[in-house]
Order: sequence, then structure tokens, then C-alpha cells
Amino acid sequence: MKNLMNWIEYRLPVVEKMKIHMTQYPAPKNFNFWYFFGSLAIVVLVNQILTGIWLTMNYEPSAEGAFRSIEYIMRDVEYGWLLRYMHSTGASAFFVVVYLHMLRGMMYGSYQKPRELLWIFGMLIYLVLMAEAFMGYMLPWGQMSFWGAQVIISIFGVIPFIGDDLTLWIRGDYVISGATLNRFFALHVIALPLVLVILVFLHIMALHEVGSNNPDGIETKRDNDGTVPAEAVSKFEFHDNFTKGGKKVIIDSIPFHPYYTVKDLVGLAGFLFLFAYVIFFMPEGGGYFLEAPNFELANPMKTPEHIAPVWYFTPFYAILRAVPNPLFGAVAMFAAILALALLPWIDRGKVRSVRYRCGLHKLNLVNFCISFVALGILGVLPATPLYTLLSQLFSFTYFGFFILLWFYSKNENTKPLPERLT
Amino acid sequence: MLKHIISAAALLVSSIALAAGPNIPLEKAPVDIRDTESLQRGFMLYQNYCLACHQMQYQRYARSFRDLNIPEELGMENLMFTGVRVGDHITNTMDPADAAEWFGDAIPDLTNVARVRGPNWIYTYLKSFYKDESRPFGVDNDVFPMVGMPHVLQELQGVPYKAYETRLVDGQETQVYVGIRTDGSGEMSEEEYDRAVADLVNYLVYTGEPYRLESERLGIKVLIFLAIFFVLAYLLKKEYWKDVD
Repeated sequence: MKNLMNWIEYRLPVVEKMKIHMTQYPAPKNFNFWYFFGSLAIVVLVNQILTGIWLTMNYEPSAEGAFRSIEYIMRDVEYGWLLRYMHSTGASAFFVVVYLHMLRGMMYGSYQKPRELLWIFGMLIYLVLMAEAFMGYMLPWGQMSFWGAQVIISIFGVIPFIGDDLTLWIRGDYVISGATLNRFFALHVIALPLVLVILVFLHIMALHEVGSNNPDGIETKRDNDGTVPAEAVSKFEFHDNFTKGGKKVIIDSIPFHPYYTVKDLVGLAGFLFLFAYVIFFMPEGGGYFLEAPNFELANPMKTPEHIAPVWYFTPFYAILRAVPNPLFGAVAMFAAILALALLPWIDRGKVRSVRYRCGLHKLNLVNFCISFVALGILGVLPATPLYTLLSQLFSFTYFGFFILLWFYSKNENTKPLPERLT
Repeated sequence: MLKHIISAAALLVSSIALAAGPNIPLEKAPVDIRDTESLQRGFMLYQNYCLACHQMQYQRYARSFRDLNIPEELGMENLMFTGVRVGDHITNTMDPADAAEWFGDAIPDLTNVARVRGPNWIYTYLKSFYKDESRPFGVDNDVFPMVGMPHVLQELQGVPYKAYETRLVDGQETQVYVGIRTDGSGEMSEEEYDRAVADLVNYLVYTGEPYRLESERLGIKVLIFLAIFFVLAYLLKKEYWKDVD
């Protein structure tokens, strides 16, 4: 047995990799509630892939058969309703988890040097996830599948010169049709999940290269120059990759496995409890996870009374609608996402965690959260003059977060950083 | 190049303007999908009064029989047309082209109607027909103004009409709308009719999600399991973290 292990290890160092990434990977010991959402995002991704595979076994990607096949899955396939609700609820859960994960990064400055690339991979995951969710929402071929797609694809039509041709190219037809459904199906079940999995892999590799940030935002890998007090040095054994053969000492850290695997298990149980509650007792999520008009077959001749994108798109949709000029509206919408991606360079501060940053930064972060949530609510509502005005106000405060941050972060009045993790 | 977004935005705005919806507040439907007898009565009503026009093409007879505790032979004898098999979907033979000509529009399938409209909408709708000779079928509806459907339950309800009373308002005699009354020609009393409509709505809620009760039964077990798992995971974490703290 031992010989076999050695034989494999010589050719593919599995045990060595397990040590690097799990059992001898140093993680700061003060991770709090906000650190559950990374591992939860992986759980939801796996849930989506597995339930998705089983749904594909009975789904029919055609304008004639899609809606009927969903009803077939829901009614005639054994536990088909459970698979479908796990998948539809999972889509919303994915965004809940990812939004909280991003907020964690913003609170503790996890995007700052040297984690810029890690943040960029995260933003790419977020973009692909939005495309994946959008295309998935079309597959049931209900009224909202059709009309929601109609609105979102038409956004690309505002691009000067190529807009019309671009929408034609996306749809594969002059209107949204079976051709659009088929290509969205292909992208949803093969192309985008593949890209997503690769990006997640790169995200984790990039994380393990630079190591996790922590709620204090201070460095836990210190130069071994004798200035680090002995009691601060972690008593656990970490891989040479991280200690650089004794050149670095690691403070206040613990091996990822078993300490964070068992801790994440607690978070997982809590998450699954809420997730299961929605799946079994309120799968429509109050009409936000599954919108009522989508229980009706798509009808190109009949516009639903109120078209609202699914909740996770609504903050950006509200920004789009807030600008009177459609082209500038679309630009503003994409700028809102781009601004997030550029956060590592917009924030010129040297202190990472909100705990030790200036009072204005705390207020500004609260402003960002309020603006984002308010835009999300406004994006669901019809565009009345009052709501449009409010959307403009909150779009202004949303972008205001980034502009303010750029100015005050340069010479920020920060608090002294602790020597060790608190 | 801007015309797509503009037309989409225009559609959005106009659709909101047209979203007049019901003219009256919706009544709360007394839905209880655990009440099998009510579901059975609703199923019967559906077969007798709705199916001729409205298909239920995603629900199978066998499923309704099984879930509603109706013995197959009894169901086949009383609730199915001849030539239909028990595993078939609940469909009719109306030609959609004929339907469009007769009623001005395609006739919606009702399998999921309770999920699209909500039970309160259907409940109030079926109680809001009133006599209006200006309409093709002699009736209109406050929940769905300019409705294209006849009042098929009229033989149960009687002929409904809008009742007005003369009242003194600000010193002037005014006609005040007091609600829908019937001429008493129906087979049912007002309470019986309300009950029948509630049964029908109940059945439609059931067909929207025939697995609802199964889902909740399983859901309880899953939640209990997860609650226990949470406690055990927490204790495990505490045990391991003794090394850390």
C-alpha cells in the first residue's frame, strides 16, 4: 500500500498538493461570519452543476417543447420538482452568496495589493455568472423568459453602428425564437459552466498564492528577522511554500484543514437550512425567484403587464433606466460593474480593513450598501416619475462611493494597525 | 439603432399604463389543498364547466385520481370522456382556430393559472360576472373588464346583475352601487355558490403544484435533519478548535 502511494506520489504529488492547499495551508484564525460565503459559493456551484445535469436529461431545448418539458419534469419525473426547485432556488442563492462574498471583500479591503488579480478573477466569475443566469432564465420559455430576454438583448442594440447587427447575431433571428433558445441552451449547459469552473479554479489558485486576507487586514506572513515575538508565531506546521524554508514566520494562523473545514461545515448546515426552507416551502421566493408570468407559455403577441428582470439584475437595471438617453444608460450600467472591477486601483489607501479606516470610509461603505439595495428595489418597480427620480439619486450615490473613495483614500486619516490579529 | 431599446422601453411604459388590472379589491380565497373533498368537488366542477374550452394539458387524469383519492374506475366513469385513457392529459378537442374565432383570442390552459394569477384573483373573478347586454355573451366582469368569456357558472349562480340603491348623498338622491345580486334562478344559494367557486379555485391551486403536500412532508424531514446536523457540526467544530483557542 505504501509502495503504491509512493509510486503515485512520485508521478503525481497528490499528498504534497493536499498539504499545500489543505492540511498545511495557513489561514488566519480570526475569520468571522463573512468568511463562510466563499465555500458556500462552491457548494452552490456544485449544486447547480449536478441538478443541471439531471434536468438536462428530460429538458427539451425547443420553442415547441421547452415549456412542456419543464412541466413534465415537475409532474412526471420522480423528484423532478425537487431537482428543478433546487436549480431555480440555487440560482438566486448563488447571487445572495456572491453578493455577501463581494461585500466581505469590500469591508476588509481584500481587493487591495497583492490581491488585485484575485479580485479581477472574482469579477469575471460574477460577469459569467450573470450571463449564465440570464441564459438559464430563458430556458423554461415562459412569458418572463421571453420578455425579460427581449428587454435585456435590446440593451445591446444601443451600441452605435453595430447595435442592430449585434442583437441579430445574439438572437440568431430577427426576433427571439427557437433559434435563440437553442443557442442559449448550448451556452448555458456547456460553454459558460466550463468557463465558470476554470475561473473558479484560477480564483482559488490566485488566493492560495497570496493567502487569505483577514478581518484586521494585516499581514500574517512576516519576515523572520527576529522582530516577531515568539508567542505570536503559530504553533502549527505549515508547508515550506509559505514559510520559504524559514525566511518567513506565520503568525496567528491555523491549517485550513481540519479547522476551517469543520467550521465551514457549521456555516454549510446553517445555509442549507435556509436553502431547504425556500425549496420545500416557498420555491417561488415570493415571486422574486420564480416570477408568476413565467408559469405561462411564452407568447410573442402578448406583453406581460409588468416586465421586471430577476432580482439579482435589478440594481443595474435601475441604473440603466435612470438615465434618459438609452445609450448613456447602457454605458452607465456597464460602468457600474466596471467601477467594481477597478476597485483595487480606485482605492488608493494602504490600510485594508474598515476597522482601521477613517470614519468617512465607514459612512461611504454604508452609502454603497444602501444605494445598491435601493437600486435593487427600484429596478423591480415600474418606472414612475418618482421612482425614476429616486433611481437617479441612488445611481448618483452609487457612483459617488467610488469617486469619494478615490479622493479621500490617498491621504486617509487611519487608525493604528494592531501588531497581531484581534 | 436606438429603436430596439426605445421600443422596449415604450412597451414597458405602455404595458404599465395598460396594467389596469382588477377594478375592485380581490377577495381572499379560502384555499386548503389538504381538504380532499373540496378538491374532488372542484375537479368535478372543472370537468363539467371548464374543460369544454379550457384544457389542462400538463395534468394527467391518473395524477388527479391518485392525489384526490378517487378510485380509477369511479373516476373513469364519471369524470372522463369515452375514448380517453387514464394516463392521458386532461385535454379537450377544441380547435384553437375555432376558439380564436368564437372568443376573439386563444383560450388559456388552466393547469398553472393559480400560479399565474393567484387564487384570490380567480376566486374574485368567478364571483364578479354581471349582466351587461352590450357584451357579446351578455356579461362583463369587474376583475377582467371586457372579458371574452361567457359566464359558464350562470346555471349555478343565477343571472348576476349589479345592484344599486337610491341613497341621499350630500342632500341629493344618488344611485349607489351595492354589489352583485342574482335573480335567484340558479341552482345554488349565494353561500353554496361561494363554496363551489372556492372548491374550483382549490383544485386549480392543487393542479398548479400537485406535489405541494409531498414537498412539505419531505421538507419537514429535511429541516429536522439539517437542524440536528447543525448542532453536531457545531459540537465538532468546538472540539477541533480547542487546539486553537
